[in-house]
Amino acid sequence: MKYFEDTTTFKYSWDQVVTGFWRRYPNPESSHVLTEDTLSRELKENKLYTKRMLTKTNRLPKWGERFVGNRVVKIIEESILDLQNKTLVTYTRNIGYSSVMSVVERVEYRVDTDNHNQTIAVRSAWIDSSVFGFGRAIQSFGLERFKKNCGKMVSGFNFVLNQLYPTHGTQLPRETVSHSKDRLSDAANKAKSIAKSGPYYASCAPEN
Amino acid sequence: MDSFDKSCNVAKHNYDECFQKWFNRFLKNRDTNLNVCDAEFREYQQCLKKAMKEEKLDFKEFEEDILGTEKEYKPPPPK
Repeated sequence: MKYFEDTTTFKYSWDQVVTGFWRRYPNPESSHVLTEDTLSRELKENKLYTKRMLTKTNRLPKWGERFVGNRVVKIIEESILDLQNKTLVTYTRNIGYSSVMSVVERVEYRVDTDNHNQTIAVRSAWIDSSVFGFGRAIQSFGLERFKKNCGKMVSGFNFVLNQLYPTHGTQLPRETVSHSKDRLSDAANKAKSIAKSGPYYASCAPEN
Repeated sequence: MDSFDKSCNVAKHNYDECFQKWFNRFLKNRDTNLNVCDAEFREYQQCLKKAMKEEKLDFKEFEEDILGTEKEYKPPPPK
């Protein structure tokens, strides 16, 4: 199993980020997200519990197609929004094909303690495959794709936030992009030097 | 955003709109009356659950809760 961790700062308040969270799709970076549905929603002691189903296209390299026929994958997104502590935790996993490739992602959005007008998102992802003989290759492919999509998720989310709050936040500044690129290549070099199966820390890859 | 079944889109968007309005009140005024969207939610769910049944989706997998339970994955210990 491969593990990936990343921290993103959004230049919007927590209230703005969690409002935007429910309107994240569609955005110019989300063409792979096809549908979004709420399956259940409950409010218990100022905590909002939501379960949603997303469907996404699941692009695979040629060699991977033999394992998966249907290329639309269903994703379950659970979330708990705690108004008291101002945290939103989301937990997503794919349904079906999880022995071919399972991607589990947990994101925690919380107020930036250094700047209350900003929000920190800590993202963890676990990528696994138990296809005999191909497990490791699929995991590596899955990790690379996840990192790519992760950059898209951030810039897509920023796009939506900027639409909702044009005067408040700033567009993702240039230096942030190049900064994360630097961090990415650093991380890539670092990754080469650490054990292949070990925990993997890197920043979201911006879409090239 | 479209629903899994396009025939549910109208009901879905009605519900989303109701929810988003409530959510703003929830953030600003701690309005805990989510019930205001019950009628919209019921109509939406009727359509959605029927569509999911027709697709023969396994509800057990959908109903399982992972977040906040023992089944939640934990990050590996730092090296």
